[in-house]
Amino acid sequence: ASMMFAQSTQKYTSSVLLIVLLCCILSPLAQASKSSEDIRCKCICPPYRNISGHIYNKNVSQKDCNCLHVVEPMPVPGNDVEAYCLLCECKYEERSTTTIKVIIIIYLSVVGALLLYMAFLVLVDPLIRKPDAYTQPLHNEEENEDARSLAAAPTPSSARANSVLERVEGAQQRWKRQVQEQRKTVFDRHKMLS
Amino acid sequence: MDQKGYRRGSFQSSTSDEDMLEIAGASLDFSMADDDPPLDREMGGFSSHNGGGMNGTSTMMDFLEEPLPGVGTYEDFNTIDWVREKSRDRDRHREITSRSKESTWALIHSVSDAFSGWLLMLLIGLLAGSLAGLIDISAHWMTDLKEGVCLAGFWFNHEHCCWKSNTTFTDRDKCPEWKSWSQLILGHGEGAFAYILNYFMYVTWALLFSLLAVLLVKGFAPYACGSGIPEIKTILSGFIIRGYLGKWTLVIKTITLVLAVSSGLSLGKEGPLVHVACCCGNILCHLFTKYRKNEAKRREVLSAAAAAGVSVAFGAPIGGVLFSLEEVSYYFPLKTLWRSFFAALVAAFTLRSINPFGNSRLVLFYVEFHMPWHLLELVPFILLGIFGGLWGAFFIRSNIAWCRRRKTTRLGKYPVLEVFVVTAITAVLAFPNEYTRMSTSELISELFNDCGILDSSKLCEYVNDFNSTKGDDLPDRAAGPGVYTAMWQLALALIMKVFITIFTFGMKVPSGLFIPSMAVGAIAGRLLGVAMEQLAFYHHDWAIFSGWCSQGADCITPGLYAMVGAAACLGGVTRMTVSLVVIMFELTGGLEYIVPLMAAAMTSKWVADAIGREGIYDAHIRLNGYPFLEAKEEFSHKTLAMDVMRPRRNDPPLTVITQDSMTVEDVEAIINETTYSGYPVVVSRESQRLVGFVLRRDLIISIENARKKQDGIVSTSIIYFTDHSPPLPPSSPSMLKLRSILDLSPFTVTDQTPMEIVVDIFRKLGLRQCLVTHNGKLLGIITKKDVLKHIAQLANQDPDSILFN
Repeated sequence: ASMMFAQSTQKYTSSVLLIVLLCCILSPLAQASKSSEDIRCKCICPPYRNISGHIYNKNVSQKDCNCLHVVEPMPVPGNDVEAYCLLCECKYEERSTTTIKVIIIIYLSVVGALLLYMAFLVLVDPLIRKPDAYTQPLHNEEENEDARSLAAAPTPSSARANSVLERVEGAQQRWKRQVQEQRKTVFDRHKMLS
Repeated sequence: MDQKGYRRGSFQSSTSDEDMLEIAGASLDFSMADDDPPLDREMGGFSSHNGGGMNGTSTMMDFLEEPLPGVGTYEDFNTIDWVREKSRDRDRHREITSRSKESTWALIHSVSDAFSGWLLMLLIGLLAGSLAGLIDISAHWMTDLKEGVCLAGFWFNHEHCCWKSNTTFTDRDKCPEWKSWSQLILGHGEGAFAYILNYFMYVTWALLFSLLAVLLVKGFAPYACGSGIPEIKTILSGFIIRGYLGKWTLVIKTITLVLAVSSGLSLGKEGPLVHVACCCGNILCHLFTKYRKNEAKRREVLSAAAAAGVSVAFGAPIGGVLFSLEEVSYYFPLKTLWRSFFAALVAAFTLRSINPFGNSRLVLFYVEFHMPWHLLELVPFILLGIFGGLWGAFFIRSNIAWCRRRKTTRLGKYPVLEVFVVTAITAVLAFPNEYTRMSTSELISELFNDCGILDSSKLCEYVNDFNSTKGDDLPDRAAGPGVYTAMWQLALALIMKVFITIFTFGMKVPSGLFIPSMAVGAIAGRLLGVAMEQLAFYHHDWAIFSGWCSQGADCITPGLYAMVGAAACLGGVTRMTVSLVVIMFELTGGLEYIVPLMAAAMTSKWVADAIGREGIYDAHIRLNGYPFLEAKEEFSHKTLAMDVMRPRRNDPPLTVITQDSMTVEDVEAIINETTYSGYPVVVSRESQRLVGFVLRRDLIISIENARKKQDGIVSTSIIYFTDHSPPLPPSSPSMLKLRSILDLSPFTVTDQTPMEIVVDIFRKLGLRQCLVTHNGKLLGIITKKDVLKHIAQLANQDPDSILFN
């Protein structure tokens, strides 16, 4: 029962941490920059008699977002203002430049990181791993060879499994095998996702 | 003992004769599975599936009462046992409830266990909404990157770049901060050379994006390609595909979806968003024991996650839940309905607060007009429905033929080259026509738009008569030259989209189908709408128009025709019914257009069903040979269980294990010689009376474990499945009790049971295998694969196309 207690506490703390992390990421994005440059009232007024069409932007609050407040200077004399304003359409828009900037930067950095990792895996990794011949993936490997190499691989690493680096390497090897297996399924044998 | 008998690797499709019970190789290395961490030894919290208690005496014999890690889990590419999972969950719940009366901590534990489902839904909604926001904003930016860049900050797309500056009425898109590539490089934007430079940059960016996408998919997560919905349908019906809903697949799918959409290919992001949401659901399930350990409960969560995915794609929470119910889920209990709705709402709300489009709308093509329509317009709407059905059937046939060619011929060996060529063709053909150059969502948005005075696009260039302008309501007008140009450009765009989507859907990049089909339908609808409008304008004195469409009245709305066309084409391809109508009316925000939408959706479904029975997702399931048992089956001939069961007439007899007279050696020999995924246990070979059913994986694990950990177990030890050990002379080696892995309640039917009932049992209970008895004695076994092959045979399809178990 105590072990169960410990494990469930662990699960709950990890889920609480996840929620806190999500809130920390989302709340600054959500509340970020109600700065002046991110809200506007946009009024589009079509051509009227001999006045050409025009677009008016002004930084006002949502209550004041109508033709009378935004269209300045008013191109028509006083008695025509109502008719002119009936044609205009005013919309309140807001955006968050911070959100956009943050998201694009996050996206580009993830893509960059993935590209670097792919370059590392393709170029640098084979050079490092050259001495470890038995873990090098062979292109025309059969199932038995795969089994043999896999059977051989875990034994040296299990002896020093506790070191963090070894664990990371073990995880990476496992992941690489998995991706290879997936690649064979999808691209070579066309068993899935054709 | 040697391990040669245990096959490594996986899901060999049957080339041998014994294609009865397919099995994935016994992989004892649990650390290989990405999303299945080794079971913790949970003492006392986890009862075995036959309802036995957990607290047996810890004698030598009862050593194996506790569940070993690995017992009760499934191999990759196998079907889960729904009955076992559900009964496990019930046992667990019963245990927690009975314990809750003991202490306060146990009470809190039981309350939090009940609450954990809702917490999980909340987290899924948050994560799915955030990812959808990221995808929307990035895709929007990268699509515009093909045409130019913003000097005020490279992260702004065209619309946001020109947000602050004062644009003129006629040239709403031009502002000094946004520079097209030719303006940036050459300094000016006019002239033939600038056009060619823009063309070249557009094609280059498109190729770059799509190449990057396919390389990332191939290098990091090959499961991230395609739409994902057929595979998710199969997973939700009980199939296991390890890694399909994993972390790497999530990351790669999100990233490459943005790249694929931005490269201008004719694909959409709605289907892949469902996959992304299900990945989120699967990953978050690992936080909660209740869902991590139980495959059936996990699938409830995945149904809800799929609803959240569609909800953020269309801004339609109710439509998302109905889509999950209709298209994706296999079992949908009422409890899942409420929770799916909650997840969908949370996701939609999260996306709204991120506000990707700057106007608090979740979708780019939200429709805001509410013009009335007349009953006579049902005729063109039904015409659009017929068009949608025809196009849907045509698309499914050609796409399946092309995918089959990709699967079987050399075309499939060059995925990267294929993506390159298709992107090159799409980009080269798309740039000259402004309607294909813009992103498909923008195209749909423009087609859905009702032309008002304030619109200055080419499609709205009607001949205006300003003296008769009364406020914002414009009457039907004659088409100006701009409209005629737009019409033939749209017709060309239609032809191009119809053909290029066939080759795009199914490539090795994330590709969805909703947006391209809606685009095809919207173009066709708008063309018909404008034609009707001009017909009504020039011939307003005809009998059919005179009643309601007199001169100066605004009667025909081409935007509505575009919407109805989009719904018709989408329904023709996916054969969605209720969910389609609900999604479309959530997009319009009103109930005015329900009747036209329903008329078009029904007509398109009927026409498409008359030509070909399956929707696109079911067709892909059949193409890939996934073991998906359809809900509706009727057989033309009456067959009995004994016609389908194995062993057949001239096969070797059924391989059984006796309950207390086989040694460890005998059992291991059986395991090595045969490849069945499970064996029935009988009282004795003579009587063939059934005791239970034991799974191969559990047998292997238990015997291995016993040999290593238990004293005195040798090859001549007797294995017994009874409660008490059989009487043996004292000099014999100690015996191995394996009752804990025996399923004491296997399902049986008699040999005279009609196959329809057997299929119904399989479908309704989610069985993997069913034993066949005759006069109380065990006769044979029917597996799900046998049922699927039988169905395929009766439908005159190739029964060998069923690949997986």
